[in-house]
Amino acid sequence: MSEQLISLTHKDFETDQEVRWCPGCGDYAILKSVRKTLAKIGRSPDEVVFVSGIGCAARFPYYVETYGFHSIHGRAPSLATGIKLANPDLDVWVVGGDGDFLAIGGNHLMHVLRRNVDLNLLLLNNAIYGLTKGQYSPTSTPGTRSPSTPGGSFDTPVNAAALALGAGGSFVARTADTLQDHLPEMLARAHAFKGAALVEILQNCIVYNDAPFGDLTSKKGRADNTVIVRHGEPMVFGTDRDKGLVYESDRGGMRVTGDISEASVHDETNWALAATLARLDDPALPTPLGVFYCAPRDDYTTVLDAHVPYAPLTRDDLQEVLYAGSWKF
Amino acid sequence: MPDGVVRTMTAKREPGPRTVVRFAGDSGDGMQILGAEFAKAVALEHHDLLTFPDFPAEIRAPAGSTFGVSAFQIQFGSDGVLTPGDEVDVLLAFNPAALKTNLYTLKQGGLIVVDEGAFSDRNLKRADYAANPLDDGSLDGYRVMPIDMTHLVAEAVAPTGVGKKQSGRAKNFWALGLCYWLFGGNRKPTIDWIETKFAKLPDVVASNVAALNAGHIYGEALELDAGDSALGSKGELHHGIFRTITGTEAMGLGLAAVAALSGQKLTYCSYPITPASALLHFLAGLNGRGITTFQAEDEIAAITAAIGASYAGALGISASSGPGIALKAEALGLAVAAELPLIVVDVQRSGPSTGMPTKPEQADLNLALYGRHGEAPLPILAPATPVECFGIMIEAARIAMTHMTPVIVLSDAYIANAAEPWELPNVDELPSIEPVFRTDPQGFEPFARDPETLARPWAKPGTPGLAHRLGGIERASGSGHISYDPDNHQQMSDLRAEKVQRVANDGLPHEIDSGMHEGDVLIIGWGSTYGAIEDAVSRVCRAGYAVGHLHLRQLWPLPPNLGAILKRFKEVVVAELNQGQLVRLIRSEFLVDAHAINQINGHPFKVSTIEAALLRLFEQRKAQFG
Repeated sequence: MSEQLISLTHKDFETDQEVRWCPGCGDYAILKSVRKTLAKIGRSPDEVVFVSGIGCAARFPYYVETYGFHSIHGRAPSLATGIKLANPDLDVWVVGGDGDFLAIGGNHLMHVLRRNVDLNLLLLNNAIYGLTKGQYSPTSTPGTRSPSTPGGSFDTPVNAAALALGAGGSFVARTADTLQDHLPEMLARAHAFKGAALVEILQNCIVYNDAPFGDLTSKKGRADNTVIVRHGEPMVFGTDRDKGLVYESDRGGMRVTGDISEASVHDETNWALAATLARLDDPALPTPLGVFYCAPRDDYTTVLDAHVPYAPLTRDDLQEVLYAGSWKF
Repeated sequence: MPDGVVRTMTAKREPGPRTVVRFAGDSGDGMQILGAEFAKAVALEHHDLLTFPDFPAEIRAPAGSTFGVSAFQIQFGSDGVLTPGDEVDVLLAFNPAALKTNLYTLKQGGLIVVDEGAFSDRNLKRADYAANPLDDGSLDGYRVMPIDMTHLVAEAVAPTGVGKKQSGRAKNFWALGLCYWLFGGNRKPTIDWIETKFAKLPDVVASNVAALNAGHIYGEALELDAGDSALGSKGELHHGIFRTITGTEAMGLGLAAVAALSGQKLTYCSYPITPASALLHFLAGLNGRGITTFQAEDEIAAITAAIGASYAGALGISASSGPGIALKAEALGLAVAAELPLIVVDVQRSGPSTGMPTKPEQADLNLALYGRHGEAPLPILAPATPVECFGIMIEAARIAMTHMTPVIVLSDAYIANAAEPWELPNVDELPSIEPVFRTDPQGFEPFARDPETLARPWAKPGTPGLAHRLGGIERASGSGHISYDPDNHQQMSDLRAEKVQRVANDGLPHEIDSGMHEGDVLIIGWGSTYGAIEDAVSRVCRAGYAVGHLHLRQLWPLPPNLGAILKRFKEVVVAELNQGQLVRLIRSEFLVDAHAINQINGHPFKVSTIEAALLRLFEQRKAQFG
C-alpha cells in the first residue's frame, strides 16, 4: 500500500448519491470542508475509510467517495479500531454526532482516546438528536425544550472537549460549521496528528435546535462570540481584535481584558490551559475554538507492534504449537 | 471438508474396564493441576480418558468452606471413554468440606482416600459437620483410607527447608504420587513438568518432587491398593503421536491452523468472561503469531472491532458466554446485513443472567437461532467433544469466508475445560485455505452475488478502484446503495436466507453416529451430550433395543438429509441440557412429534439418566403397540 500523494480536487470525493440533509443543515458545510481537506491531503481515496454510527452526522460516509462503513449507534470508534488492527496503514475517519459519540458511544470514545488509536474523530455537536426528531442530547443546555423534555431539559450537559482531555486524549480541537477556513485548518491538523485526534465541530440544526451556541453565522457574531486560539499566539478576539483572554491558572479560569498586551499566549502542550479553554462556557466569555491540546505520543498500533508484533503463522509454527506436550506411541 | 476433522465414534462392543477418580479440595489448593497431571500420566499408560473439572466461580473462597470446594473428575480405561463417569469409584477428599460436598458422587462401596490431618475441629465446623464422619460410622457403606497427608507431606518436604505454606501447597503432589502407585503411572513426566514450570523457584521444585516421591513410596511401602479400581494393565496401544487437549486449547489451535493454512492475519477480539477467557489467554500466548489479540473495553466493542477487522480483510473472531452473546446481538445483525465474514463463539454456561458461570448448560441455541431483531439467519455449528473444537473452527472459518456470513459456534463450559487424548493430525496433510479478495474493478458491485453460494465479493479497503460504502440500512441488490424499495427488501431478505440455506450444500456430512441406522427410536443430541448419549445407546442396543444416535454438529442450516434420517425411525427423542430447544426446532421444521429428554442442573447428563429415559420410552411403546 502506497502513501504516495496524488493530485485531487474536492469533486473527486463526491459520490453519486443525492445528499439528504435538510436544506440549511450545518453538515453541508462540514462535508464541503472534509472533501476539500481530503483533496489537499492527497491520499488515494482507495486508502481512506469513513466510519460512522447512527444519526444525521453518521450519513457522512455515503457522501464521500472513499471506502465507507455506516455501522451501528455509538460503535463506530470500536469498529474503526478493528479496521486499524487489520490494516494500520489505512487513513480512517470516524464521524458522528453528540448522541452517537457521547451518549451510547461515550465508553468507546473514552477508550480510543486513551489508547490513542490513529483515527480522525469528527464530533458534529448540534446539542440535539436530529434524526430521531429532536430529543435533547448529552450536550443540550439545561432548559432545552424537546419532545422528551417538554418542560425543558434539566440534565447537566457533558463538555465534549473536556471529556476528551479527561480521557487522555492527546489531540483535542474545536471549530464550527460556519468557519469556512478554520474548519479545514482543524481537519488538516487532526489528520496530521498520528493518534486519536478529536475535532468537536459546533454544528447547527436549523430544524430542531437553531443557534444553540449563539450567533456564529454573522461575521460580527463570530468575532465577538468566539476566540480562535493558536499555539504561540496571544488569545485575542472581537471585530476590532481589541479584546483578549487572560489565563488565571490559580483559579483555572479566564478573564477578558481590554488591554491586549496582557492577553495570554496559547500553548497547546499545556494540559491545564487546554482544559480551562475546553471548559469555558460563561455567557460573558467567548467560546474558545482551535487546537486546545496537541501532545504527540505513540499511537496504538505502533505500541502494539512494539510489544506484540504480528508475524504470519507458518505451518512449522503450527506444527510446534499443535505438538507441544505430545508423545509418541 | 477433510476427513477426520470431525471425530465420529461407533461404540458397539462391551466396554472394557474403567475407573472413575475424583479429586476434591479447596479451590486454590491445586486440584486442577493435580487432575491435569494425573490425566497426562494416565494417557501415557495408553488409556483413553475424559476429564471434567468442576469448580466454583470464586477465585479463592475462605479455606475449608463448602462453597469454595473445587473438584476434578476423570474416567479412564481402555478404548472408547466418552464421559467423565456417572459414578465415582475413588474419591480423594482433602478436607471435610470436600468430603461433604462430593460424597454424593461416590458409588456404594467406593473408596474414599481422605487427608485425616485436615479433619480438625475448625474445619469440621466450617463444613457444618456436627461430628467427625471418619469416626461416627456414617461412612460405613464405603471403604475408607484415612491418611494424615498434611503431616506426611510436612515430613517429606522438611529436608528441603520450605515453610509451612509451601508444604501445604505440595500436598496435591503427594496425593498425585500416591495415585501413581494406586493406578499405575510414571512419575518422570510429572517431575519434568515440575522442573520446567517452577524452574525459577528451586525450593518449590524440590518440595513438590519430594512430596510426589513420598506419596508413591507411602503407597508402595504400605502396599495400598485400590481394589477393582486399579486397572492393572496398560491400555491398548495405538501407534501415533498424541497429546491431551481441552476444548479451549483445541479451539485456539483450530484458529492457529486457519491462520497457518490461509497465511492470513486473524483478529481475535474479546472481553474477559467465564468460561471463555481461557481462549483469549491461549491466543495471547501465541504472541502475535498469526493472530492479533485485542482485549476490548466491553463485549460490544469486542464484536464491533472484530467486524471492523473482517471488513478490512483480517477475519474477526469474538468468543464469549451467554451474557456477552446477548450484548452482541445488535452487532451480529449488522454483520448479517453487511454480509461480512465473522466467527462468534458462545461457550455456554448456566443462565439466565449471571446464572452459574462455571457450570455447563446448552440453553443458548435459541439465542443463536433467533437472538437478533428482524430476520437475520446465520449458520450455527456445535462441536461434540474437546477434540472436535479443532476442526469445527476450521469449518467455521471456511463457511464465514466462502459464504460471506457471520457464523456462531456453540461450545460449553464442559467441552471447554474437559481434556481427552488426541491423535494429532499431520500438518502437511491439512488443506490450504484460500480466501478470495476481490481486486478487479471491472463490473464490481458490492452486493452482486456468486451464482452458487450467493456470497457477495470481499472487497477490502485499500484495494484500488473498489471504493464503496456499506452499512446496516437495507441496500439495493447489486449496487448496495441505500434502498427502501419494498420489492428489494423482500428480495434481499430472501437472498440472505437462501444464502445461509446453501451452506448446507457443502456443509458437514451427517449420518448415524452409532447404534441402529434405522429402527424404533432415534435419539438426537448436540454439543457436549455426545458421550453420555453414545454410552446410553450402546447399553440399550446391547439390551436388544433398536435405537440409533444422531449427533448434530451443524444446527443451522439443518443437514439436508436430516428429514430422510428421521423417517427411518418410528420415534424421535432429543436429549439436551435445557428445557427443550433443538426439540422444538425439529418439531417445527419436520412436523414430527419428537420428545425431549431434558435436564438443567448445571451438570452433564449421566449415562444412566439417558439410558433410563430410553428404556422408559421402550416400555411405553410396548404398552401402546404390544
